[in-house]
Order: sequence, then C-alpha cells, then structure tokens
Amino acid sequence: MAERCAVIGVGQTKYDATRYDVSMPGLLREAAIRALEDAELTWNDIDAIVIGKAPDMFEGMMYPENYLSDALGATGKPLLRVHTAGSVGGSTANVAFSLISSGIHDRVLTIAWEKQSESNAMWALTLSPPFSVAVVAGAGGFFAPLVRTYMRRSGAPEDTGILVALKDRKNALKNPYAHLQMPNVTYEEIRDSFMLWDPIRYLESCPSSDGACAMIVAKEDLAGKTPRKPAWVLGSSMRSEPVQFAKRDAVNPMAGRQAAKDLYQQAGIDDPRKQIDCIECYVPFSWFEPMWMETMGFADEGEGWKLTHDGTTALDGARPVNMSGGVLSSNAIGASGMCRYAEAVNQVRGEAGEHQVDGAKISLGHAYGGGSQYFSMALFGADKP
Amino acid sequence: MATIEELVARAEPLKGPHVIEYPFRRSCGPVLSKFFTGLREGKLIGVRSETAGVLVPPAEYDPQTAEGLTDFVEVGPAGKVVSYAWVSRPRPMQLLQHPFAYALVELDGADTGLLHMVDVGGDESKMSVGMRVAPRWKAEREGSVRDIEAFVPEAEARPAPPVIAEPDEPVKSVATPLRLEYDFTAGREQSIFLRALASKKIVGARSPGGDLVYVPPRGTDPRTAEPTPDFVEVSDKGTVVTYSIVRVPSENIHFELPYVCINVLLDGSDIPFFHVLQNCELTDVRLGMRVQASWAADEDLTESVESIRYFEPIDEPDVPFEQFKEYC
Repeated sequence: MAERCAVIGVGQTKYDATRYDVSMPGLLREAAIRALEDAELTWNDIDAIVIGKAPDMFEGMMYPENYLSDALGATGKPLLRVHTAGSVGGSTANVAFSLISSGIHDRVLTIAWEKQSESNAMWALTLSPPFSVAVVAGAGGFFAPLVRTYMRRSGAPEDTGILVALKDRKNALKNPYAHLQMPNVTYEEIRDSFMLWDPIRYLESCPSSDGACAMIVAKEDLAGKTPRKPAWVLGSSMRSEPVQFAKRDAVNPMAGRQAAKDLYQQAGIDDPRKQIDCIECYVPFSWFEPMWMETMGFADEGEGWKLTHDGTTALDGARPVNMSGGVLSSNAIGASGMCRYAEAVNQVRGEAGEHQVDGAKISLGHAYGGGSQYFSMALFGADKP
Repeated sequence: MATIEELVARAEPLKGPHVIEYPFRRSCGPVLSKFFTGLREGKLIGVRSETAGVLVPPAEYDPQTAEGLTDFVEVGPAGKVVSYAWVSRPRPMQLLQHPFAYALVELDGADTGLLHMVDVGGDESKMSVGMRVAPRWKAEREGSVRDIEAFVPEAEARPAPPVIAEPDEPVKSVATPLRLEYDFTAGREQSIFLRALASKKIVGARSPGGDLVYVPPRGTDPRTAEPTPDFVEVSDKGTVVTYSIVRVPSENIHFELPYVCINVLLDGSDIPFFHVLQNCELTDVRLGMRVQASWAADEDLTESVESIRYFEPIDEPDVPFEQFKEYC
C-alpha cells in the first residue's frame, strides 16, 4: 500500500518577459522560498529536491543541477533533475510524488523553471543538421498542421480558437502572477491579430516568459500539520510515444488517452465529466483546449469544441478550464507543466484567489511536451482519499 | 543513377560538420553583479560566509545553510597558486595560444581558489604551488572574467589601468556565447535515403511483415522496435494530408515568407513527410491536394533533402479526406 501524498505548499514567481534582476538560481529561489513560506517550513524540513527545466538548448544551460544546491538548500541532500521536454513541469512533480508515495522521503521540494529571455526557443527548435532542410518553424510550425487536422475532423466553428484565447486572457486578469495582462482584450482584437502559423494567430499563442514554480510535497502524517489545507494527490500518471509512426494519431495521441485512463483508474474516477470539478491543462495554442478535452474524456471525439462554445469551460461554467489564464498567458516552458499542477492544487485548497472555482473538490493538472509525445497528469482532492 | 541495391550495398554512413552556435546572455542578479562590476573597475570582490569564509567569486547563497549572502569584501588582487594544470598544447578556442597553466588562485583575503589562467611565458618550470601571482588586466574592461587576461608572477604585474569612462550602471548581464562543433553522422538508413535523393529517388523501408512503409527509413519500426531491413522506392508524388502557412521568421529557415509547410503522404508510403509547397496560390492550398517533388537540376543534385527543391501541385483530382484521415 503506497503512502498517501499531499501538496502542502505552492510558490510561484511573477511570470514576465524578462527577469534581468535575478540570476537563474535567484529566480528558482524566489519560487522555492514562497513555497516554504506557504507551508511555514524552512530548508531544514526538506529531505530531497526534484527539479525540471525545458530542453537544454532552450536556454543553453547544461547541468543546472550542478550549481543549484546552495540556492535550493540541497547541500547534503538528494537533488535530481527530470527531462521530458515541455511536459517536464508535470513529470517533475510526478517524480516528487513518487518519492513520497514510495516511502523514500517525508517532504520533497519540487521546482520547475525557464528563463526564456536568455535564449530563443524558435532557434533551439530549428537547428538544422547536415543533409536536411529546416521547414518546420518552431513549436507553432509543428502544431499548426495538427490544429488544421482537428478543425477538419471535428468541423468545429472557425472561431473556437478565438473564444478559448479570449476566455484565458480574461482569466489571466484575475491572476496576479500571469505574464500577459490584457484588460481591454476583445474578440475582434484576437480575430484580427496576425496569422503566425496559419491557422494559428498571434493572440491564440503563448508568450515567452521567465519564471519558476515550486511545490512542497509531504507524506500523510506531515500533511496534517500544515497551516493551510493540503491538496491530496489522488493519482498521477505519465505516458510517452514516438514523435512519428505510421498511422499515428498526433491530434488525439494514444499516450494522452492512456495517461488519462490510468489516472482515473488510480483515483477511482468512473465518470470524469461528473466527478472532476475543474481542469488546468497545457494549452500553448488555443485550439489545444478542445483537443485535450477529447483526449482526457471530457467530450466525445470531435465534440471538444462544444464545451468552449456552450460555456462549460468558462471560469463560471460547469467545468472550468485554465482558470489561471493558462499557458496562453504565461509560458516559462520548463515551469508550465508545474504551473498547471499548482493551479489545480490551489483550487482544491481554496487558495486560488480571484480565480477560485467555488467548491472545487477534485481538480486535474495536465502537461504535454515534445511533438505531443509526453503526457503528465495528476488529480488533486480537497478530501483525504 | 544508382539502383536501390547499389545504395544499400554502400555501408559507410554520410558525415558532415554540424555547428550549433548562440550568443546566450545571462542575467547576474545582485551578487554576481557586484563581482562583474568590480572586474570592470579593476577590483576583485568576494563575499563573506559564516560557514565557509570569504568566497570568490561571491556565492549568492551560503553553501551550507542556504542563507542569502551580502557581506561583500574586496580581495587580492594578488594571491597564491594552490593548484594548477599545465596546458602544453592550447586548443584553437583557448584564450592563450602559447602554453599556460589553468590554476586555482587563492586571492589575499579569500578562502577559496578562483579558477583562471597563469601566463609564465610558456615556461612550465616557472610554475609552482604556492607561487605568488597577480592579475594582468585588460585596459578596456567590460565586466567579464576576461577583463583579467591572465594571472602572472606578482613581480611582473602592473596595477589595473584606470577606467576609461565610468559607466553609471552596474553590470547586469554577461555574454556567454556557446559554440558546439559536431561531426554529424547520418547513420546507415538515413545515408541510403540521402544517397538515393542524389539519384532522384525517394527510398523508404518496409516494416516487418510488410504492411507499412516508412519514409525516411529509420532502421526500426517505431511501433515495435523491430528492424526494417527491406528498402523500397516510393513515388515522388503524394497527397497533402495537412499543412500550415508560415508567416513568422525562424533561424535556419531560408524560405521566403509566407511559405506553405506541408505534411505530404507520398504514394506507396505510410507516414507523412515535411516539406514546402510552391507554385500554388495560398488560397488554393487544401487537404487532399495532389503534389509532386520538384527536383534540383541534375548538376545540383546532392546527397541531401535539398535535392527536392519543393513540392508543387499536379493536375490530378483531390483525394477524399476519408482515404487519408488515418495519416494526418
């Protein structure tokens, strides 16, 4: 029988285009200290540290674990790094959960970050080895054709992506940590924004952000001693698959469907549409909201877009999605998966501030990465399982 | 023009240089800013820690307690060599091009060694543990460890030349350019594919059991990890299964904007292939349209994907979505 595991502290930096005022260790430190303060703990209370960041070339930083131990109070403790591309913030937290549920450690600090201002992810994604021709322009260049396929398969109204972006940009106004704050944003402004990778518009895309997100995870008997409510980890799952294989469904990937199924089994969820109150998922381009709603079973295949149009995914809807403003509003790539979890955690703790969903009892955090190849998910509960 | 059998028989993989280069710039934060601003002024700055003494360069956080450190102290500029490694044959990117030592220099007043170079004019016999050294400063300093050209025996050192113009702002970031030079090897299967392109052929490999053809060949079937030893030529005609119109510039991409990036399923293959579509109005691009490779002129054909200049529309009826929906 695995140990019960709970998240007892959350800390985030303000996400911003550039954080020139701090070094990379200083950026992590800011989030870590806020998580310690949230849990009313000190460095001495932490047994191990698990960190994650985006692929090395995204910020040109190799082996950051080699020089972070002083900043993260890790001297004399295990410090390890997780790599799973853009989903890394989620899988890093999943590894931290496993260190608790396996009984190896009592309290673990987990942290994920990115300082995109020091580099250029578009450059890192278009490295052109000999004998090849670079044709896929960054993440948007890879994902835009998948969005077009989704549009064709589902017959979704063309403005679905605009509506998702409008919702998430409005939600971000309630989140003081969100990078993009667009108080006057309108449907028309998003519709008329520049087509970067047709069919994906500028305002349907995520920004480039600097920022870090940290969580403190504890075993059951320590979770009861925190000043604020813990979020119980009801399940966590990861799956991966190759970026290309014949007849791969890259729009609704097998790995994503498998991770969701495993997650619901772990948590005893029979009907996610009825039992899960809110979802914070990784939507770097707005059309991915309906796509992931289908992958995770919140809509039948081809019908995810209806949840956007009928208001189900709105902050005051029946099952809100991306209450924090999501990746569309803050995208420190390496941190983005953990930010999703942190929002899901704070929802069931009742600590989500102005973007709190009333009475949220069970929430889902989701991250994906690579060419829709890596999926990390976790379910959090207000009540001990 | 080589046959597939001839291409497969050539065992040696293609190789070529691959350079990855980027001018990263790191923000210093308040502590390292003091160190780099000090270097610009011709001073060496450390920080005092209760558990570890005076650390140079200054650490932001105490290595034992993780507390923030702010008690800055000026150290050196002279000090002693506590350890060194002699570099008898400098490599092209190294800053000194005659023999020198990498050394840990414990500056006067510091408790840790600063890693830098010691220049003794190439004469290793002048190096010793415990020798006294001091910086040879650059005249024009920018706030970088390179503001010290090298440490030299103390008797040869000169004071730092004065700051030419006193900048107001402290140093907030430092340039840390990266350059990696790889000898890229294409691998056997990729090399067969690339050599075939130089003969205007597109080669794939059949999955075990023969039901699916991968282009380019991968050596193994990604679904099962089984080997794919049977090579097969596929058509240079295909169907656009999905696409995007790219209007955003990107490093390393040399097509004029906007350009159409297509996922094209070549006839006889079972996996789409990324390339660009040209000679087509943007408003005419559609799922299911039929296209064909436009090859480079015979004298320009190379063992590279560049041998296919682009794809272009051909006069064949569109393929219904139902027939390719499993491939997009």
